[in-house]
Amino acid sequence: MREFFRQVLNILWKDLISEWHTKDFVTPVLVFALLVIIIFNFAFQPDGESIGLVAPGVLWVAFTFAGVLGLNRSFAREKERGCLDGLMLGPVSREAIYLGKVLGSFMFMFLVELISMPIFSIFLNLPLLMPRLVLVAFLATIGFVAVGTLFAAMAVHTRAREVMLPILFFPIVVPLLIAAVESTSLVMAGASWQSMASWLQMIIAFDIIFLVVSALSFEFVLEQ
Amino acid sequence: MKHQYLHWSTALVAVDFALIVFALYLVFMWVPSAQEEAGGIAQRIFYFHVPSAFAAFLSFFLVFLGSILYLWKRDWKWDRLAVSAAEIGVVFTSLVLITGPIWAKTAWLKDKTGIWWEWDPRLTTTLVMFFIYIAYLLIRNYAGERAQGARFAAVVGIVGFLDVPIVFMAIRWWRTLHPEPVLESGGLPPSMLFTLVTSFTAVLLFFILLTWARVGLRRAQEDVEELRERIGR
Repeated sequence: MREFFRQVLNILWKDLISEWHTKDFVTPVLVFALLVIIIFNFAFQPDGESIGLVAPGVLWVAFTFAGVLGLNRSFAREKERGCLDGLMLGPVSREAIYLGKVLGSFMFMFLVELISMPIFSIFLNLPLLMPRLVLVAFLATIGFVAVGTLFAAMAVHTRAREVMLPILFFPIVVPLLIAAVESTSLVMAGASWQSMASWLQMIIAFDIIFLVVSALSFEFVLEQ
Repeated sequence: MKHQYLHWSTALVAVDFALIVFALYLVFMWVPSAQEEAGGIAQRIFYFHVPSAFAAFLSFFLVFLGSILYLWKRDWKWDRLAVSAAEIGVVFTSLVLITGPIWAKTAWLKDKTGIWWEWDPRLTTTLVMFFIYIAYLLIRNYAGERAQGARFAAVVGIVGFLDVPIVFMAIRWWRTLHPEPVLESGGLPPSMLFTLVTSFTAVLLFFILLTWARVGLRRAQEDVEELRERIGR
């Protein structure tokens, strides 16, 4: 068990170092997320009243689209340099590779969200950086990354891989997206914890189910 | 052996053809129209809408089952079952998504005009399911090597099937905040029930025959490919 976690942490460490040197994930994904907001602003032309209605959706669409981009990057760069084959040949279990990649992508994605939330709140004139919203983002991002890592590992082995990931990813994360958007609007409306509880439970349930299922099925994705 | 299969299936196709004709007679000539709130005459589409939905769910259960068994046993016959069921499931889901709005246009009234679509739990879940299994078929075709495609698709088949109930729950919670069109409630009168049971049997038998034929066709395809490889063409 200790050996397993050491492997997971090593894979995470490898991703952190590589990210530190290249900033391959965080920079483009952050820029992309901000651009989505700007595009939405032109598309919806929200005014003072309607902004509260569209903001949660805009926020999560931006995070989801940006997340797909990031998850694709995260595996594409492994593939480009033959890293993935090296990982698969190494004496590490597939579950360890999966968890290591999940942790890495989670950290980068969550960092992007933390940086973009204050910027969003300036552009949308809304107080977005609230502790409860950070909690929602934290929990929902776990689920996104859990499913996304599994599918990104598949997509990278296919033709048309850039488009394959969103096609696989979006239908599966529908429940997570609904729960994230709903709890975000509740937070922004200043609703009580009580009213958010069922949505948060749903996010947590999704996280647990798909972390377990994805970890178990990951060995079938990386097989050779 | 081959001959026996042919005989059986031919006989069953004949039986199902007769059943479908009988069901069509019941639906269009015999059964009384429903009350106005259920869509009146348009409600007759229900006798094919509901069995198609059932066949769609059944086929996705077969995809799930076939996917697990393929990953476990690595026997191509399970993969054949899974992919055949997925294709047919997509066909039946399309039927559901086409017949549903036609019925809804007359039955679900909002401000006195019918609506094609409502983001209600059942409709939305069916739509999401449709996209999950489209993804299942796409990943197979884009994965290149056949064994890899089968493995990737099997993972999607399993993850997708587990996701469907969660999608349904999420949308049900989400939609309780919004007004929902009133669906028919209470039991069906005996004549309608009889018609439904007949069309259900007809559609279900059709579904089984179709899946069977597709699996057989795929096996034949694989045989041809294998022979072709052996003679080096």
